[in-house]
Order: sequence, then structure tokens, then C-alpha cells
Amino acid sequence: MLLGPALGISAVLFTLGVAGVLLRRNAIVIFMCVELMLNAVNLTFIALAQRLGVGGQVFVFFVMAVAAAEAAVGLAIILAVYRHRQTVNLQDINLLKG
Amino acid sequence: MTLTFFWIFGVVAMGGGLLCITRKSPVASALWLVVTLFALAAMYVLLDAQFIAVLQVLVYAGAIMVLFLFVIMLLNLGRPGPTDIKGPVGIGLAALLGGTLLLQLRVLGHAAPPAAIQLPEGTMATLQQQGMIAAVARPLFDAYLIPFEITSLLLLAAIVGAVVLAKRKL
Repeated sequence: MLLGPALGISAVLFTLGVAGVLLRRNAIVIFMCVELMLNAVNLTFIALAQRLGVGGQVFVFFVMAVAAAEAAVGLAIILAVYRHRQTVNLQDINLLKG
Repeated sequence: MTLTFFWIFGVVAMGGGLLCITRKSPVASALWLVVTLFALAAMYVLLDAQFIAVLQVLVYAGAIMVLFLFVIMLLNLGRPGPTDIKGPVGIGLAALLGGTLLLQLRVLGHAAPPAAIQLPEGTMATLQQQGMIAAVARPLFDAYLIPFEITSLLLLAAIVGAVVLAKRKL
């Protein structure tokens, strides 16, 4: 019975994450918005796991592991970029932009 | 009662998410994201996923967000500077995409889950007998053994990669 509200809240959270990625320039904040999207998907998995069995919860476990790995590597990349350009503003990081 | 609490935590999560993407200072954004993550953990408990809720608090709100705050501190981004929210084009694009996604919600609103997707008979009784952690942990070492081992490889690669990337000179 919680499935409907859970899917709705998860969709709103995902939308907020997408909007944040499009709206912000700070690389770290964009990263946090990606985490927000991952969490929205996790909520969907958990809500459906209640109805379909624990496979969804196992999947959330994997998503968390991947998110942890992604955060570690991504933040290391941001550190490396900051060391070169002294900024985390994505507008100023345009070396690949021909 | 459960539904009321679920909606309360849901509103907290959505409000936290909204504040997270609109605050100027990255530290404020990170702290509002922590609020969202805690509210999500509470919702996981209401959805019968206690083990994942504990993991959410430990791994997400604990480890990952500390990592974020640590990097913000390391790069000295804590002071509120000029806003980094994009101009009208960015706001328009975000509003357009957000509106489209939310419109698709309306379709989801009156979609009923097919009757075919139901728990197999007796699953709930087994769950109550062996507990939630066993129910999540058993498939990890059984049906999902290979993905589980690949996850450990992924974490190893991430550790090595993070050290190599963040080190000044190897």
C-alpha cells in the first residue's frame, strides 16, 4: 500500500537530482545530485522489493557499493582537476572543448 | 498511521533534496543531502528493509557524505562565494526536463501493478522466521555470488584508482 507514494516520492527525488545536475556549476554539488538520483532509484527498488521479494534489496546493496566506489574515484578526479586549474567550476574546466 | 509517517518522511526527503540543489554554499548542500538520506533511511524501515536502512545511515550518511565534506574542506570551498546556479538557459532547461519527468508521473499515478507480481506463497512466513538480515545476506552468497565477488574487485579498483589519481607524484 506504500508502493504508490514511494514511487511518487522517488520520481520527485530523481527529478530534483536531474534539475540539480543541469542547474549547478560546482562539480561537487553536481556529484551530490548524482548521489540523490541513485538514492531515488534505491527507494524504487526497496518499495518494489516489499512486493516482489528481497532481490531488490540485494540490488540496493550493489548500488551502494558502486556509489561508494564512484564517490571515491570522482572526488579524487575533482582533487586532481583542482590542483591543475584551482577551480571546481565546470564552466572553467573546458580543456576538451576544442 | 504508517502511511502518515511515510508521507512525513517523504516530504522531509523532498524538501531536503530541493534545498540541497538550491543552496549557495556546498557545505549547506551536503548537510541538506544528509537530511534527505536520513529521511530515506526512515522510509526504508517503513518499507520492511531494516538492514538496508542501517546500511544507508552507515554507508551513505556516514561514510560517503563525510568524504564529500572532507573534500569540500580540503579545497576550502566552505565560504559562500558568488552563486554557481546557471543563468536563464540552465534554469529553463532544468524546469523543462523536470516538468516532463513530473508529467510522466501522472501516467504512473493511475497505473496499477499487475496482479501477476505477487510474493510467492509463504515467503512472508519464512522471512519472519529467519529475519531480514538473513533474507538479504543469503542470496548474496548464493544466487548473487558472482556479482558480489565482482563488487569486491570494483572496490579494489576504486581504492587503487583513487590513490593514483589523488597522489601528487607516484
